[in-house]
Amino acid sequence: MKLNILTHSLRIIVLGLLLCFFPSQGRCSEAAQEEGGIDVKEIVLGHLSDAYEWHICSVNGHHVSIPLPVIVQNHDGEWFFFSSSEFHKSGDNTFGAFFLNQEQNGKIYEKLPDGTVERPLDLSITKDVVQIWIVVVLMLCIFLSTAKWYKKKTPDTPAPNGFVGLVEMFVMSILDDLIKPSVGEKHYRKYAPFLLTAFFFIFITNLLGLIPIFPGGANITGNINITFFLAICTFLLINLFGNKEYWKEIFWPPVPTWLKVPVPMMPVIELFGIFTKPFALMVRLFANMMAGHAIILSITCIIFITFQMGIGIGAPMTLASLVMMIFMNALELLVAFIQAYVFTMLSAVFIGLAHPEHHE
Amino acid sequence: MQSINLPSILTPDAGLLFWMLLAFLVVFFFVAKFGFPVIIKMVEERKNYIDEALGKAREANEKLADIQLESERMLNETRNQQAEILKQAKQSGENIIQQAREKAQNESAAMMQEAKKQIEAEKENALREIRQTVADLSVIIAEKVVRQHLADQTSQQQLIEKLLDESLKEN
Repeated sequence: MKLNILTHSLRIIVLGLLLCFFPSQGRCSEAAQEEGGIDVKEIVLGHLSDAYEWHICSVNGHHVSIPLPVIVQNHDGEWFFFSSSEFHKSGDNTFGAFFLNQEQNGKIYEKLPDGTVERPLDLSITKDVVQIWIVVVLMLCIFLSTAKWYKKKTPDTPAPNGFVGLVEMFVMSILDDLIKPSVGEKHYRKYAPFLLTAFFFIFITNLLGLIPIFPGGANITGNINITFFLAICTFLLINLFGNKEYWKEIFWPPVPTWLKVPVPMMPVIELFGIFTKPFALMVRLFANMMAGHAIILSITCIIFITFQMGIGIGAPMTLASLVMMIFMNALELLVAFIQAYVFTMLSAVFIGLAHPEHHE
Repeated sequence: MQSINLPSILTPDAGLLFWMLLAFLVVFFFVAKFGFPVIIKMVEERKNYIDEALGKAREANEKLADIQLESERMLNETRNQQAEILKQAKQSGENIIQQAREKAQNESAAMMQEAKKQIEAEKENALREIRQTVADLSVIIAEKVVRQHLADQTSQQQLIEKLLDESLKEN
């Protein structure tokens, strides 16, 4: 729902821009839309969504894409393993009892013998999954190769240069400037591996998301499932390792007693806070990354929309769109870091809050 | 739920969650075990090493300063001692010369005394001998005078003189 509102508002912004710059052409864009030339919402959502194949480009309506393996379990518990290109061979996006349900975002659905349609257990290696594994491999390469450098090195060897030095500097700056002050000197060691992993996972994913072609481009951190998972990890860390003081402050907060009994107002609010903290983490990362991608895609769409209206308006708008795209990409580069930073910082702060020092 | 038909990026997806969980656990396992701790450990060790080295350098500097002070002090002391020794040497040299001079004076005085004494003694001896000789001669002369019969006074006188000459010659 939220996304619909967002894309609608985006469309209004785009139209507003058009109206501002070219008032006389305003009506034409509406007309072009109605002709069904380009559906911006479809394009933007299509690019943001997960897919069973890695779409590379379309040449004259023919899609060039990397097929990915589909792994599904049907209603009877049988496992099916086949390539996603099988769906296209049939022509109507079906493979046996499975089909791509266009009404449900193109997900695989199973047609049962009684005619009902059901979502099977779907563990397919989708575009997002491939992208995640690319990030995993990248991270392993980066950090294990860096760690390898330190083998057989003694503390009196000079600090490393080049790539190892960069990684070391990056890791240590996140650790010393972000994690240590946020979690607190006393406990930060225990949580540093998770927080660093989360930071670099989000950061690298965000960066790869900005690359428009194959090794990147999938919208991972702008997918609620991913941010949900990361937020759950933080949630578990906060609540599993929170100390006695933390739970005491939730169920018996230091507020006037009438706020606690007979109506446990503050405890209820505090209890609610346990869930809102990770929820905020989840939504913040998701919304920021999704919005960034959506804006870049929408600005890209301006080129095609305006060219449909004629070369006279298309050419200047292309230039404008290009400038805006460069700006947005530069901004997204910043956002990629900031969001990873913010997620890690807030996680660290929440974890730090779960270890309140006993104060009289 | 399905009727709302959220976009797929807002739809919970078991498959994606499963793979995300697996991928994250894999990367977490390796990176948290073999990646970050190695880096952090080494950086901390290096930091400690540098701190230690700085401490040592400071200590060494302090020691060096101490040594410099000490050596300066020693140098001064030595110089003083040298001056003292020189002074003493000069003093004792002078003393020795003084003593030698005194001794020489004393000795020469003693020697003079001795020489004088000896001369005195010699003189006395000589006088005594002369006296003895004179006495002996007198006796001898007297004898000869007595033995000869002297005729006259003149011949007597001549004889005495002759004898005296003889005795003097003999001596």
